[in-house]
Amino acid sequence: MLNSLYEFFKPHLLPLLFALVIVALLPLVAGYVVLLERKVMADMQARLGPMRVGPHGLLQPIADALKLLIKEDIIPENADKWIFWLAPLTSVAAAMLAMAAIPFGPFFQIADLNIGLLFILGIGSMGLFGIVLGGWASNSHYSLLGALRSAAQLVSYETAAGMAIVSGVLLGGTLSTRGLVEAQASGHVWFIFVAPVGFFIYLVASIAETNRAPFDLPEAESELVAGYMTEYSGFRWALYFLGEYANMIVVASIATTLFLGGWLRPFSSWHKADFLDYFPMLLMLLVAGYSLYRAPKQPVAVQKIFMVAVAGLCFLLAVVLGLPQFAPAGSAFVAMKPGVHGAFWFLLKVGVYLYLFLWLRFTFPRFRFDQLMKVGWHLLIPVSIVNVFGIGVALYLHRSPEQGGYGWGMISSVGVTTLFTLLIAAWLLKKHEQAPATPAAEKF
Amino acid sequence: MFDTIGFYFFAGLAVISAVLVVTRRNAVHSAIFLITALLATAGIFLQLHAEFLFIVQVILYVGGIMVLFVFVIMLVNLDVAIHQMQFNRMWLVALLLTIALGAQVYMVFHYAHAGMTEPLFHLQPARASDLEPNTELIGATLFSQYMLPFEIASILLLVAMIGAVVMAKRKV
Repeated sequence: MLNSLYEFFKPHLLPLLFALVIVALLPLVAGYVVLLERKVMADMQARLGPMRVGPHGLLQPIADALKLLIKEDIIPENADKWIFWLAPLTSVAAAMLAMAAIPFGPFFQIADLNIGLLFILGIGSMGLFGIVLGGWASNSHYSLLGALRSAAQLVSYETAAGMAIVSGVLLGGTLSTRGLVEAQASGHVWFIFVAPVGFFIYLVASIAETNRAPFDLPEAESELVAGYMTEYSGFRWALYFLGEYANMIVVASIATTLFLGGWLRPFSSWHKADFLDYFPMLLMLLVAGYSLYRAPKQPVAVQKIFMVAVAGLCFLLAVVLGLPQFAPAGSAFVAMKPGVHGAFWFLLKVGVYLYLFLWLRFTFPRFRFDQLMKVGWHLLIPVSIVNVFGIGVALYLHRSPEQGGYGWGMISSVGVTTLFTLLIAAWLLKKHEQAPATPAAEKF
Repeated sequence: MFDTIGFYFFAGLAVISAVLVVTRRNAVHSAIFLITALLATAGIFLQLHAEFLFIVQVILYVGGIMVLFVFVIMLVNLDVAIHQMQFNRMWLVALLLTIALGAQVYMVFHYAHAGMTEPLFHLQPARASDLEPNTELIGATLFSQYMLPFEIASILLLVAMIGAVVMAKRKV
């Protein structure tokens, strides 16, 4: 029995280990994304942000998690207890499950599914049930309104996001996440440069899908207290937050894989740019040096020690990232290079995408609900359909005549169809500007 | 062995939640069990290495249709609905139908066994690695062999969509 168990799990040991790493690290990463968000917000509003717990507030996420763990867990009297308990778990579980198919590097991926991208999309969209059911189970008007808004918003924007993804999948010719990155490597171009409109549509739709500002209507605090999680407190509330941030990482990973070249280095096929391979190491050394420089200036001894520890960690990362560059050819370190550097570039791109999220959040005011619906249905969905059509035409045009195409160059065919899509978008915008303003819908 | 355990797990889950869908009084609970039943069916698809069917089941039924179901159910005043009589109690008709269906299934198995040396529904399992990718296979089949039915189905959906838009427009 035990032997057969071992035989069954043997081929799955490495994926299981990866899954364990992701589940263990995700709460920590989500906590630090929250800290990053507060720091970026503070920076954009010319403040300092969290500074008290740890040097520069670096221990704030841990303090927050502890606080949430020991808070009283309140379940409203008339809530549907069973669903109230289930809803936050659904949110987190869906987001974590979706990470199974994300390629964090050429080696660090739990499962390379034939349907990878669809898997991430489908499982990720199940997180909505956490929000909707949680809002309903709370038995409160604010929660229910938040849940309804969330459902309506997600259904509307999923179509646009799906169409944007189709434009990338058409270019890659596969649904496997690994296959998509390899297609970008062999095509020597990231798909964002081939389908810029598709990327833009996905960016907008992914913000709406993760309920982030400026589309955070489901939790609009000035109208709905806290939307679907009004009645949640303590660790259940933290689970909702974990789910939201995990979802952000998932959509950022989809965008990175599909449009930003996944784990590929910028100019990965151009050997004159090979000096970029030193960039990861230098960046880590820079952070380590800065932390060491700041360490003596911390007021408390513990903070000094922590700062030195951060420097040590960064130095260790720099060694790991730099070793393949300096090790003699043929050694194990050189074989390690694609995996380590791939993971670095992937995470860097995810980070940049997340920073874009934060930037947009602190730049734009919240949309009204009828405006949100109008942007989704009247602009994004038609433009995304035209975009898919245009990409199809471009692919047909730039195929060589032997394959049944016309042999236009990549640049000319893509340029013409992108221009066409943009013209349609401009026409739609103009049409809606001229249309008489509809009275604000007060239904939601 | 694990395949068998997995199959009975998913099948049992599907049957139990399907029963619960009918017996629960609260419509939201029914919807949740319907989601579980659909997910369990998707699990069986996955076990058969039909990944594309699995994910289409999840995206379309769970992620799309059920979201709209729940959306509509939440707008219903459930307090009233729970205390109302919800079912037509027609035991006799249901019993007769069940017996007829059961007899039908039994006859299929019985006569199939009698007429053949090989047992029915006993296909040789193929190794997953030997099969062509499910997604490409379905796409190729739909767009070559079943082109006409596929197009007819999509035109039907288009008509339904336009019809819905026209009906919604008239109300305003």
